[in-house]
Amino acid sequence: MRLLAPVFAVLAATSAIAEEVTTFSLDNGMDVVVIEDHRAPVVVHMVWYRVGSADEPVGASGVAHFLEHLLFKATDKLEAGEFSATVAANGGSDNAFTSYDYTAYFQRIAADRLELMMDMESNRMNNLAITADDIETERNVVLEERNQRTENSAGALASEQFRAALYQNHRYGVPVIGWKHEMEQLELEDALDFYDLYYSPNNAILVVAGDVYPDEVMALAEEYYGVIPAEEALPERIRPEEPPQRAERRLIYDDRRVAQIYVTRSYLAQERDAGAQEEAAALTYLAEILGGSSFTSVFGEKLTFDQDIALYSGAGYGGLSLDATTFSVTVVPAVGVSLQDAEDAMDAAIAAFMEEGVDPEQLERIRAQFRAGEIYARDDSAGIARRYGAALTSGLTVDDVQAWPAVLQGVTADDIMAAAERVFDRDNAVTAWVVREEGGFVQ
Amino acid sequence: MMRVVAAAALAAWGSIAQAEIEIQEVISPGGINAWLVEEHSIPFVSLEIRIVGGANLDRPGKRGAINLMTGLLEEGSGDLDARAFQSAREGLAASFGYDVRDDTFVLSFQALTENRDEALDLFRASITDPTFDDVAVERVRAQVIAGIEGEAQRPNSIAGEVFFAEAFADHPYGSDMSGTLDSVAALTRADLVQAHADILTRDRIYVGAVGDITPEELAVVLDDLLGALPSGSPDLPTEIDFGLEGGVTVVDFPTPQAVALFGHAGIERDDEDFFAAYVLNYILGGGGFESRLMQEVREERGLTYGIGTYLVPKDYAEMVLGSVASDNDTIAEAIEVIRDEWGRLATQGVTPEELETAKTYITGEYPLRFDGNSEIANILVGMQVQGLPPEYVINRNGYVNAVTLEDVNRVAAELLDPDALHFVVVGQPEGLESSQ
Repeated sequence: MRLLAPVFAVLAATSAIAEEVTTFSLDNGMDVVVIEDHRAPVVVHMVWYRVGSADEPVGASGVAHFLEHLLFKATDKLEAGEFSATVAANGGSDNAFTSYDYTAYFQRIAADRLELMMDMESNRMNNLAITADDIETERNVVLEERNQRTENSAGALASEQFRAALYQNHRYGVPVIGWKHEMEQLELEDALDFYDLYYSPNNAILVVAGDVYPDEVMALAEEYYGVIPAEEALPERIRPEEPPQRAERRLIYDDRRVAQIYVTRSYLAQERDAGAQEEAAALTYLAEILGGSSFTSVFGEKLTFDQDIALYSGAGYGGLSLDATTFSVTVVPAVGVSLQDAEDAMDAAIAAFMEEGVDPEQLERIRAQFRAGEIYARDDSAGIARRYGAALTSGLTVDDVQAWPAVLQGVTADDIMAAAERVFDRDNAVTAWVVREEGGFVQ
Repeated sequence: MMRVVAAAALAAWGSIAQAEIEIQEVISPGGINAWLVEEHSIPFVSLEIRIVGGANLDRPGKRGAINLMTGLLEEGSGDLDARAFQSAREGLAASFGYDVRDDTFVLSFQALTENRDEALDLFRASITDPTFDDVAVERVRAQVIAGIEGEAQRPNSIAGEVFFAEAFADHPYGSDMSGTLDSVAALTRADLVQAHADILTRDRIYVGAVGDITPEELAVVLDDLLGALPSGSPDLPTEIDFGLEGGVTVVDFPTPQAVALFGHAGIERDDEDFFAAYVLNYILGGGGFESRLMQEVREERGLTYGIGTYLVPKDYAEMVLGSVASDNDTIAEAIEVIRDEWGRLATQGVTPEELETAKTYITGEYPLRFDGNSEIANILVGMQVQGLPPEYVINRNGYVNAVTLEDVNRVAAELLDPDALHFVVVGQPEGLESSQ
């Protein structure tokens, strides 16, 4: 231990920041993104597959997420549980996550253990050796996961019903974790069929962030991932599209476990598309303007400060999505305010906004926050890694990711109002009241 | 005014990986003390401030006053009302955090270098000169009450409420810091002013700072931000024994998956066996997929999605706690497995392999925590609150590695007692009833 000896040289030598991004592709089609951050000797190693629950076959909902669990079981080289145990025994942590458009596996560990991570992660891309026993136990685990996340949560159940009504044809209407009755029927073949088709280098993106250099990552990636053959039968990613929606849908979800009643509405909305992110950028502002700040947003002002209508209010938009995404608005009414009055006031607030337009000062505050957000983001190289992984599995390119901050900065008030005109179409929307009236709860 | 107290080399793996952070101790002219790590590569700074006391300092009959006061700090100060205050903050793209825990009050600040002084002025006003105007008080009171009603519908919250009430009775640990519907409804503006005076004092204040700021600049910031706080903190609470005996409490709640919170008395943070207990807990239920409980309850039997155990050394009481969720039909079996594993570890101890694996993980994971300005600031301030020296970041892994098999197994026998475990189960569990 050294005391009292300033070591500024060390700090100076590690002043590189998490904005140095290098990308390349392997011959077998696997994309690689390297994000350098040499401030600490740590690396995040992630493999993202361009497959999620929205790519599942009909009748096998939940199989993408179920397979994610099964990847922690045995392979030809690793025993069940050995992957995570090895990561932990090297002082790292690992996990995985599944969404509509992607499935991703990651480890966070000392940078000099990167090769070991690639060795194991590349091994389980093609060499899973799961048994019928694994299936039985792990099916119970994912059913308990569904219990914990969904069945035990009135809000989660309401949201599930809501999405099922919003998407009339697209698989975004089916929950990522799966419908319970289909999860109960998932078998070994379901998981293996999915695995054999989609887990291949030409359907994967390697993202490495931290104390690494692109040439060393490239050499390791070629050694471990580059030798895996591409899957020739990998299908085009074409999902069932939404038909023109012609009628607003309304639903009432009633559950005695609802603590706060609320009204929420989602409109189908344009997602970020490769080379065309302007509409999504405008909608990103629109969500902030309407419901971003509980103090200064349109809803905050009109529903909480000018009137005592809303206990909470909000607006949400997530542009990262392969297919049509959602723009949502929500009001939790203040004590004594009915859901009808809350919904009417919410609609009146939107109508007034469409009339009055964007407050220029509010717009500049939000613009400043987006700009500052890019500076704060440089402190979190793992966050930047997730940003690339999610974008590249959602139909975007590296160029799109890098252009996004500038696209955001370029949005004008006119862009926002035009996007608002397009998105607020009630034929494309579901409105839900989440209530506690009948005490309805069915096990 | 400032001195460098530790050039801390954060754990080496093998021969290569080594990060160094330099912790400097800064003492302002006004006598406010802080630990600083300079990091000039990104133009922003994070401050983490802790004041020891927290929600424990609620006065008799005023449960929830400190929590409500904390929620009002961002609702206007000086001549700015809530909206003007927040407009100013948003325009600066700064983030201010106000939070209260049982034992500590928490202030967090993050701002860009380019407008740091303006952001600090605004933040100071919110700390020292909050308005507590009637409209804001009623709005935040309604939010707190909605929160209390919401917790009453969440199985995990219900379990916590019952468990801690039974374990600590009238001590502050025995009730939720949010207060009750009645106690919150009765709070007056005078109560909030009193809560502010009780909490915002300088006698037990600790600061961690990380980012684009020099020691000289930080010294000025400390006095500007905190120098005006008065001395004279209220007395802290007294120690209390964990008062719950072994057994089961079932709370009927109609939901498909039962949740259980369980535990018994624990070990103090400054006990010489703390690191042995820390390693032990990792093996029992603290270590993700590899822990014994995760293996037995999830991997072998598929009874749960997640189970974990935690050492909870609070300032005035210590516990070993765990939580699990399982279907109403299977929670009884899960509890049986937990009791068995608890007893097996107490009587048979851990294997040398388990100990080595645990040490490798615990020592390897430690440096990974230092991965961002606010994360490091949190670590710095947490160490100060616990009374640890700056050199702790260097020595900590040595303490872990010094733990022997004999230590762990002795502590397992002393600490883990399956008969003392109390389970609070919320749901409609099959084959499980409250013990007398």
